[in-house]
Amino acid sequence: MKLVLPTPDSSTVNQPQRIRTVALIGPPNSGKSTLFNRLTNLRQKVGNYPGITVEQRTGTMASPGGDITLIDLPGVYSLNPHSDDERVAVSVLSGGMNGVPQPEAVLVVIDATNLGRHLTLAVPMIALNLPTLVLLNMGDLLPKRGGSIDAVKLAGELGTPVALVSATEGTGLDAVHTFLEQGDEPRQTAILPILQDLPHCRKWAAQAVRQADYRAPLPPIWTRRLDDIVLHKLWGPLVFIGVVGTVFQTVFGLGQPLSNLLQSLLTGFGQKSGLLLSNGLFRSLLLDGIWKGVSAVLVFLPQILVLFLFIGLLEDSGYLARAALIADRTMHGVGLNGKAFIPLLSAYACAVPAIMASRTIENKRDRLATILIAPLMTCSARLPIYTLLIATFVPERPVVGVLFGTRALAMLLLYVLGFVTAIGTAKLLKSSVLKSTAAPFVLELPEYRWPTLHSITLRLLDRARVFLHQAGTIILLVSLIVWALTNLPLHQGQPPELERSAIAHLGHFVEPAIRPLGFNWKIGVGLLTSVVAREVIVGTLGTLYGSDPATQAMSLQIALQHDLTFSGAMALLVFFAFAMQCTSTLAVVRRETNSWKWPVIQFLYMTGLAVVAALIVNHALSVLN
Amino acid sequence: MRLQLSNLEPGETAVIEQVALSESDQGFLMRFGLFVGAEVKCSRRAPLGDPIVYSVDGSEIALRAETACRIYVSCPDSARMSECQR
Repeated sequence: MKLVLPTPDSSTVNQPQRIRTVALIGPPNSGKSTLFNRLTNLRQKVGNYPGITVEQRTGTMASPGGDITLIDLPGVYSLNPHSDDERVAVSVLSGGMNGVPQPEAVLVVIDATNLGRHLTLAVPMIALNLPTLVLLNMGDLLPKRGGSIDAVKLAGELGTPVALVSATEGTGLDAVHTFLEQGDEPRQTAILPILQDLPHCRKWAAQAVRQADYRAPLPPIWTRRLDDIVLHKLWGPLVFIGVVGTVFQTVFGLGQPLSNLLQSLLTGFGQKSGLLLSNGLFRSLLLDGIWKGVSAVLVFLPQILVLFLFIGLLEDSGYLARAALIADRTMHGVGLNGKAFIPLLSAYACAVPAIMASRTIENKRDRLATILIAPLMTCSARLPIYTLLIATFVPERPVVGVLFGTRALAMLLLYVLGFVTAIGTAKLLKSSVLKSTAAPFVLELPEYRWPTLHSITLRLLDRARVFLHQAGTIILLVSLIVWALTNLPLHQGQPPELERSAIAHLGHFVEPAIRPLGFNWKIGVGLLTSVVAREVIVGTLGTLYGSDPATQAMSLQIALQHDLTFSGAMALLVFFAFAMQCTSTLAVVRRETNSWKWPVIQFLYMTGLAVVAALIVNHALSVLN
Repeated sequence: MRLQLSNLEPGETAVIEQVALSESDQGFLMRFGLFVGAEVKCSRRAPLGDPIVYSVDGSEIALRAETACRIYVSCPDSARMSECQR
């Protein structure tokens, strides 16, 4: 398909107009996103293009003549609309994307250290017949590795201005401002042939590169040396395990306590400020409804930030591609690729940042499969209910020595159960609805670079903003609904006791449906309130048994022992291993897949699995006993 | 007289003779510099043996063996010619 672009009419040719909208385009791994961050700093808007999973990023760039809108198009290898990314790029460039202004100029970003290949890919982008500036990125690395280019000669060959820049160091960017201030001037020479097929582009690019006295840089020595260790048969896997272990341990060991700390700070603040308000429904709405909802959103931030700090460091340094290379063999067996490894591992801490991290997987189907199985990994929010039920119902007996007993075994089995189900689901998905269109798996190993504070900070702020803005609203809404159900109907102007509330009625209403699973209405209420977050069930059960005169004097464990059978308790454990009791995950899946279709499918699949598994466990154990 | 790209040993260089894949896959690989006539050097294998890393046109590109075995290269050094002929 050829791009249809408007030809400028004579009036605009004679009187240069100020450029207001500029598109940034370039092949993947050209450092385009870093450049976008450099040019716009924090003045960015992140959303999704309608109906597809491609992230829409626009930013604002200050210039003496006024603000300029910069559209960061997805990194594409061509302008033949094969993939969603390419369709978006073509659609935006031709002005056919709703809500996105048509760019009046393009900045084409290519890697100066890999000019032959990148220029080949960029030829169709340069030939768009819009005012174009070609940015040779990694301009700092080129001379360091003994390469050189005559940018003026290259500009002559391309018929467009060319600038050597470094997005990482922020050098050479004046050229962008100068170019944009010159306005919508006609191109000096439009000599680029319309080349649609790659072999022709390649020939043409090779010629242009030769004419511009390009001396290709030497292979990066330090990258090769590091790879000799990092991809070594023996050291490679050891480094991998070390890195992956550190990421997991930190997300789990630092992110989790930070989340807990934040939770207690937020709760404390809520209670302190609650004292200033008079007792009543309004206070309850503010404290238990809104403030709890806000807290439920905010507590995810530490884990998201910690995980994205690591992902940022790994991706910017270049190690993430090596980790994917090492993990690929194993992940290939499940039908996924190596890039799914780190997101899936971090799902053991929390599925929310893990699903956000799946963005590093370029293959859309692999990414979707990863998103769909991530919540089956045993996340930390399952631990409170696991610990409570195991401590209550599993008698402690040694299995292997004194250190490993029946309780530890039960916990381990639950982890294995989640993992095995995730793998099975992945295989099922990848052999059916998400079968890859057999495109070969290709992984580029970029040169190692030092991550910069600037880039990492922007990443963290960006992810925090995306989460708070787009998932936070849904989580807050669900928290408010649960609060309303807990506090209605009003009894003489006062909220009812929990067992008389609307949610308790719902609990009684669903009891016949969950009785075959071995659950009573109190568990039913727990299941309903824990749609906000899994760990909420423990608090709900505490409140319910605590306000019931028959169990008031007992601890929660004793109360549960009296009220729940062993088989029912085991069924509840299995139920929690599978069920999608997490609004935050659903909200993030909606945001990342840009539709309600996948979160709904995921919810039905996981909850269906949970019900069936709980039914089987309850009946099998009842029969055995 | 041809060798599968996947059989290239680390350090060896060869020239691509044929890409026995669908047209769209050929187009896809071409974006990475993998096309008939291109020079490819095998850099290393991943620690578990697969994928395999190749130096192509100044980039390091990893391919799974399942893809690399569909790419045929002309055997460059005489030492291995005998192996190719076998």
